[in-house]
Amino acid sequence: MTTESNTRPVHYSEFHPRWYRRPVSVYWWIGQRQYLKFILRELSSVFVATFVVETLFQLNALKGGPQAYAEFQKTLASPLIIALNLLCLLFVLFHTITWFNLAPSAMPIRLGGQRVPTFLVAAPSYVMWAVISAAVYWFVISWSQT
Amino acid sequence: MANTITLEIARYSPERDAAPHFQNFEVPVHKEWVVLDALNHIKDQEDGSLTYRWSCRMGICGSCGMMVNGEPKLTCATFLTDYAKQGGKIRVEPLRYFPVVRDLVTELTDFLAKLKKVKPWLVHPNQPPLSEGEFLQTPEQVDRYKQFSMCINCTLCYAACPVVGLDPIFVGPAALALAQRYNKDSRDQGSDERIAVLAHPDGIWGCTFVGECTRVCPKHVDPAGAIQQYKITAVLEWLKSFVTPKGAGVK
Repeated sequence: MTTESNTRPVHYSEFHPRWYRRPVSVYWWIGQRQYLKFILRELSSVFVATFVVETLFQLNALKGGPQAYAEFQKTLASPLIIALNLLCLLFVLFHTITWFNLAPSAMPIRLGGQRVPTFLVAAPSYVMWAVISAAVYWFVISWSQT
Repeated sequence: MANTITLEIARYSPERDAAPHFQNFEVPVHKEWVVLDALNHIKDQEDGSLTYRWSCRMGICGSCGMMVNGEPKLTCATFLTDYAKQGGKIRVEPLRYFPVVRDLVTELTDFLAKLKKVKPWLVHPNQPPLSEGEFLQTPEQVDRYKQFSMCINCTLCYAACPVVGLDPIFVGPAALALAQRYNKDSRDQGSDERIAVLAHPDGIWGCTFVGECTRVCPKHVDPAGAIQQYKITAVLEWLKSFVTPKGAGVK
């Protein structure tokens, strides 16, 4: 605060002839845990999108026949892609958990005149997540065995 | 004699200073003293020119909000002992993102203008005469808006919201929550008048759901929740506008 000078144009009010407005640093999100968590949550969308694009490429390879798919799988096995996918997994988990936890704030569900507790609003999302993940797992395992 | 603690206070005189600087004061730590008591002690005993706002000392008036060690706090509810235990200094600054008038006093003209923009009062164009009796509300109807009505306009949520800092024309958490307080009131008919200000890039769509406003709110108003809830309402209202030419009121 002491080192920053007031370089912005100042709009004076009727009552105060002069004031100080502290400029907001480009790095405002560093140094405060909650702000950093917010930025990481926003950034997680990039990794979610990355994985979606990768899946689209995978589907395209599948369309191209067994050879094209085998080649794509070989690309996926490279250490760089594995590292990227691990990073994507971490960010997708962070994205999912943070948004599921925020959902009750946006959806105040009322039953019998009372607001439903927040954990009960978030719970169905987690249950659905577990059920869909189990279904996908079952599909992949049973498909790979045939 | 009680232990002492150092208060590092931001000082700014518009007549003398180009930018604020910090000044240290040693104050006694009493069990029942809050940061506001320490500021009053300094003003009484050490430097009468120290300038700050305060009134009720009991978390009702909302005028003693300041940054305490980088966190927006009501200084009347922030105990010195909590910081003395940590063994550190207490840095007291004016609320972040607001222009500073002097020392710890912020400029609120812009905030008050934003507040007025959302019409935070009961809009009731076809009000029946008093002889027909009062407006009755069930406990459930009161419960729908009560949480949002607890706001004391302390502006801590503005100091916590990075969008307010980055986009000064953003209407901001308290004003948007207060608009929801009236939108959800069964006696109010002003939601159609408020929607132009609320469902706007500088209104609810400016909010990126950082959620800090809710965390720092001393009255548990949950402005972030109010804004997200209104986002859903605004989308439904927009969809409804395709079906009904004039659109129905937002409730």
